Amino acid sequence: MSRYLGLAFTYRGGAGSWAYVLHRLSGIGVWLFIVLHVLDIWLVGANAEAYDEILAFYASPAGRVMETLLGAALLYHALNGMRILLIDLWPSLTRWHRQLWWLSWILFFGLGVPGALIILKPIWQGLIPAVAGLVIPGVR
Amino acid sequence: MAYNPITRARAKPSGGRGETLVWYLTRLSAVALFVLALSHFSITHFVFDPSEQTAEWIRENRWSSLVWRSFDWLMLMMVLLHSALGMRTVLSDIVTRPRARMLVLSGLYILTIILFVLGSAVVFTLPGMEVAAAR
Repeated sequence: MSRYLGLAFTYRGGAGSWAYVLHRLSGIGVWLFIVLHVLDIWLVGANAEAYDEILAFYASPAGRVMETLLGAALLYHALNGMRILLIDLWPSLTRWHRQLWWLSWILFFGLGVPGALIILKPIWQGLIPAVAGLVIPGVR
Repeated sequence: MAYNPITRARAKPSGGRGETLVWYLTRLSAVALFVLALSHFSITHFVFDPSEQTAEWIRENRWSSLVWRSFDWLMLMMVLLHSALGMRTVLSDIVTRPRARMLVLSGLYILTIILFVLGSAVVFTLPGMEVAAAR
């Protein structure tokens, strides 16, 4: 275990180390959700009421925050995975690995922020009138 | 285990045929999941809202289509293959003693098989296809 943590956090040239640690953490996180998700979809057939109860949690504010994190983990893992794959297939791309790393972050935020806003809409939608009411008197 | 010094991902194994196959299957399923999993997440969160996808909705809409049942079953196989191979690498790094490693990896494989059986069972047996047939 300590050997594993040592391997994970040993400095081996900035971006590569972070990419690796985040790839593993996001992979483990998505795997944990997959285990839950296959079981909840199994419930659609086995116990539809129980599935609908789990769905109500997914649609709740806490559920939406967790789905945003899940989406972030999935998107990071997918983009960094592509970077790994491209460098595996064309080793000459190693020269541009830092640019590929930054490109993956541009795509991550460019796609992820609008995605997060859509998933979290029921949370922030309610906040706009509340905040407007505080800032501008008479508006509610 | 050898690593690519830049991406720190597993380097392509030079030895055993089995490990080379694992290395290729991980990447092949990764490409499939890049399309399948990202479009699945987009459909379930951006096209539809989680609140509307009840058990009834799945029966009568999503899984009244053979195309979507096939899509979901292919995704199930790809994600279980990819995550089992990935977790195998992660767990092998953490658990180094041979006996403990064998036990932990056996647990991972048994869990993966159980998930495959349960996931396949619901894809194949959930009523709903007659809705499509009636249309």
